[in-house]
Amino acid sequence: MSSTGIGARVQRKEDFRFITGKGHYTDDVNRHGQTHAAFLRSPHAHAEILSIDASAASAMPGVVAIFTGDDLAADKIGGLICGWMIHSKDGEPMKAGAHPALAQGKVRYVGDHVAVVIAETLSQARDALEKIVVDYKVLPATVATGDALKPGAPVVHDVAPDNAVYRWALGNEAETKDAFARAAHVTRMDIVNNRLIPNPMEPRAAVGDWDSGSDAFTLYTTSQNPHVARLVLSAFIGIAPEHKLRVIAPDVGGGFGSKIFIYAEETVCVWAAKKVGRPVKWTSDRTEAFLADAHGRDHVTHAEMALDAAGKILGLRVHTTANLGAYLSTFSSSVPTYLYAPLLSGQYNIPAIYCEVDGVYTNTAPVDAYRGAGRPEATFVIERMMEVAAREIGENPAEFRRKNFVTSFPHQTPVIMCYDAGDYGAALDKAMAMADTAGFATRKADSARKGLLRGLGFSAYIEACGIAPSAAVGSLGAGVGLWESAEVRVNPIGTVEILTGSHSHGQGHETTFAQLVSERLGISIDNVSIVHGDTDKVQMGMGTYGSRSGAVGMSAIVKALDKIEAKAKKVAGFVLEASADDIDFKDGKFTVRGTDKEIDFASVALQAYIAHKFNGQELEPGLKESAFWDPTNFTFPAGVHICELEIDPATGVTRIDRWTAVDDFGNVINPMIVEGQVHGGIAQGVGQALLEGAVYDASGQLVTASYMDYSMPRAGDLPSYDIGMTQTVCPSNPLGIKGCGEAGAIAAPPAVINAITDALGHEDIAMPATPLAVWRAIQKHMPRAAAE
Amino acid sequence: MATVSMSVNGKNVSRDIDPRTLLVDFLREDLRLTGTHVGCDTTQCGCCTVHVDGKAMKSCTLLAIGLEGAQITTIEGLAKGQELHPMQAAFREHHGLQCGFCTPGMIMAAVDMVNRKGNDLDDKTIREELEGNICRCTGYHNIVKAIHSGAEAMGAGK
Ligand code: FES
Ligand code: FES
Repeated sequence: MSSTGIGARVQRKEDFRFITGKGHYTDDVNRHGQTHAAFLRSPHAHAEILSIDASAASAMPGVVAIFTGDDLAADKIGGLICGWMIHSKDGEPMKAGAHPALAQGKVRYVGDHVAVVIAETLSQARDALEKIVVDYKVLPATVATGDALKPGAPVVHDVAPDNAVYRWALGNEAETKDAFARAAHVTRMDIVNNRLIPNPMEPRAAVGDWDSGSDAFTLYTTSQNPHVARLVLSAFIGIAPEHKLRVIAPDVGGGFGSKIFIYAEETVCVWAAKKVGRPVKWTSDRTEAFLADAHGRDHVTHAEMALDAAGKILGLRVHTTANLGAYLSTFSSSVPTYLYAPLLSGQYNIPAIYCEVDGVYTNTAPVDAYRGAGRPEATFVIERMMEVAAREIGENPAEFRRKNFVTSFPHQTPVIMCYDAGDYGAALDKAMAMADTAGFATRKADSARKGLLRGLGFSAYIEACGIAPSAAVGSLGAGVGLWESAEVRVNPIGTVEILTGSHSHGQGHETTFAQLVSERLGISIDNVSIVHGDTDKVQMGMGTYGSRSGAVGMSAIVKALDKIEAKAKKVAGFVLEASADDIDFKDGKFTVRGTDKEIDFASVALQAYIAHKFNGQELEPGLKESAFWDPTNFTFPAGVHICELEIDPATGVTRIDRWTAVDDFGNVINPMIVEGQVHGGIAQGVGQALLEGAVYDASGQLVTASYMDYSMPRAGDLPSYDIGMTQTVCPSNPLGIKGCGEAGAIAAPPAVINAITDALGHEDIAMPATPLAVWRAIQKHMPRAAAE
Repeated sequence: MATVSMSVNGKNVSRDIDPRTLLVDFLREDLRLTGTHVGCDTTQCGCCTVHVDGKAMKSCTLLAIGLEGAQITTIEGLAKGQELHPMQAAFREHHGLQCGFCTPGMIMAAVDMVNRKGNDLDDKTIREELEGNICRCTGYHNIVKAIHSGAEAMGAGK
């Protein structure tokens, strides 16, 4: 390993601009002659729009234009789409209600888009918003997840008269029923996975621009996948054909899933730029982000686990109602189905699994992928069930898990996935040693002496990352392939540009991707630059989510680098007067095997471009190659997290005392960056478990629409983390990488709740376990500690 | 319109502004110093933190017009050319940032923390003092490490 190659803790190349205030985020973009957009949003969860009177608003100072859904329709601008078709178990396709970028006749959630004002300044746009008069006929709203399917619930979309988007199932119902018939013990639980609001610190933003001379559009936008945005805006929404639409996602301040999707605001900004003949800019304020960014999670589940007399799992049966909100967001339909149920086997041998999922409409913000997307929900179900089952049958939760671990690979689960490599026992051993679980009883007694309740909770998670083999996801309903592209451009002086379809919004690709090139070509990372986030520079790509940029994005780079090396060997052969077959390449030098003849990489690059030493008809001049990598399997990161915490029964305040994480991510490019991903994921998972929860009142008003009301994890709420790793190499990609971006968010919530319930001595607590909730739970039950 | 004059990163600036202009908009739009960010509308996130007369303040909640004659330092004014401020260097060294959006505010708050609390900061103090700054990416672990080390480095450089 070189000092900047694979496995090195290299400081990040991108940091200089961020720490000096020189980042380039979308809101930093100002175009000449730019106007400002402000959106009129529905104050009602569900209402008919009887009329919109914008005449007074139009006369306000600085107003350039006001548009409504009728204007979009007149221009034949299509609605927003959901790109993953799910079929119900009876074979019916999902019921996708129309999703216009600006409402047509009806609003379906608080924050839904009614009209846009475009003005010279933002203040003028906002002032004019207040003068638009909308006559609403308010309708009763369906709000709570558990209410959506009840007979008589207000109907969100006429296409789904019972509010069911789909009633989907996976697994084998008959075999699972059989397993339960043979069970010595059945554990049953009702589990709620609380609704979250992603909250990247950079709010979404868009600047639409149109060049009248070429009839071409440019959209600057806060996107995790600018090429997908262009594809959707072009092929489905109909803004412009792809060659007339450039999408640029510059520095993006965090995404966590919420910036995957194609939203109303960027659609309207880019369309309106041509309508008004000037650039149109919109930047979300935080309240708008709470109201209209896609939310995450929101499941109501009943789960049952069948065990034999020896404590081995026989079967798992799960029914989940998943709230998809008022409209189907870009990938929403796949999240509670194919990103959820296939992970219900966890790290365990479960011979029979059957899972039903009802996706439902409600009059709430659309729900889509948020860090982990389906996998945290699955992990919460299985890891809570494991803990509770162990407690019910009187087994040690760690040993109960170990007894049921998958130990031989490949392992085909009953729910699609084929786990390729792992060593779950090793991670458990290492985590228990690091966490000193042996000393827990003593620490618990110490806490008890101080009047505090101490608890220990495990979470042994698995996820499916490296999303995903195109044909496989296509067979499951995906509208796109999930390969990745790369282009390697070697310049005549031997510096390298990597063009990638992955997109970095905090993950550090400018460093890790450069480390890969440094390792392979033997050049300094300072001589490598990573180009991403611009559809005019990078031809096509699928973007960054699902922990795919390492496993899929870097594999594409490897494939292109293989081609570079093969071509460079040919050039070196001509220069050194040897056959390309006799050339070796190592540490940045080409040598002729068995001789002392050599030439360095930069000299070969120059020779490739001057093309003096070879016949340009036989070998093309230049050194530039591209590749598309389509994975052959998902990757399966897995690990064990252990949370140890203390509760003050007088206040209900939970303090996390120790956090131990042992993860198997396969090979690691930059441990510093990987650990950072784990830290951030855990913080979001702890946030879900202890602090965060989106609350709508019965009328559908979002009660938690600011940082005063939605509790974001702050530094004082969190511990430092003890991070360890185990390693089994991923066999399905050339780098052996599994992916690390979502692990913490997946692993953390059950670890916290298992620890809290351990401390409390009962299972009656839901997320978020706020001090009030914990205090109430203590009041309601006799604590185990006091009863002992 | 009204005229306001102040010193920003050591340079005197004077502009005619709408009296309702917030300091953050004055910095970002009038002066094009876009390193100061806006992350919320309730003065909670700290992305907009700058120094006003040597103290950390949230520029999203100050009217520019009220700062006649003030000395403002933003993230762009912290380094001396290519030479980073020790707190900036510590954030890079300890991987105290991911997306970088909260980072300017974090660094400005951290420098202020050291100015008020000294160079020997324990983790508990750092975490409590970060009450007004939210980061969604890092889980704070490395930010705490960075501030600890940056504080020491600031002391060593005195
Ligand atoms: S933008 Fe000033 S505190 Fe959030
Ligand atoms: S680094 Fe992204 S919000 Fe802090």
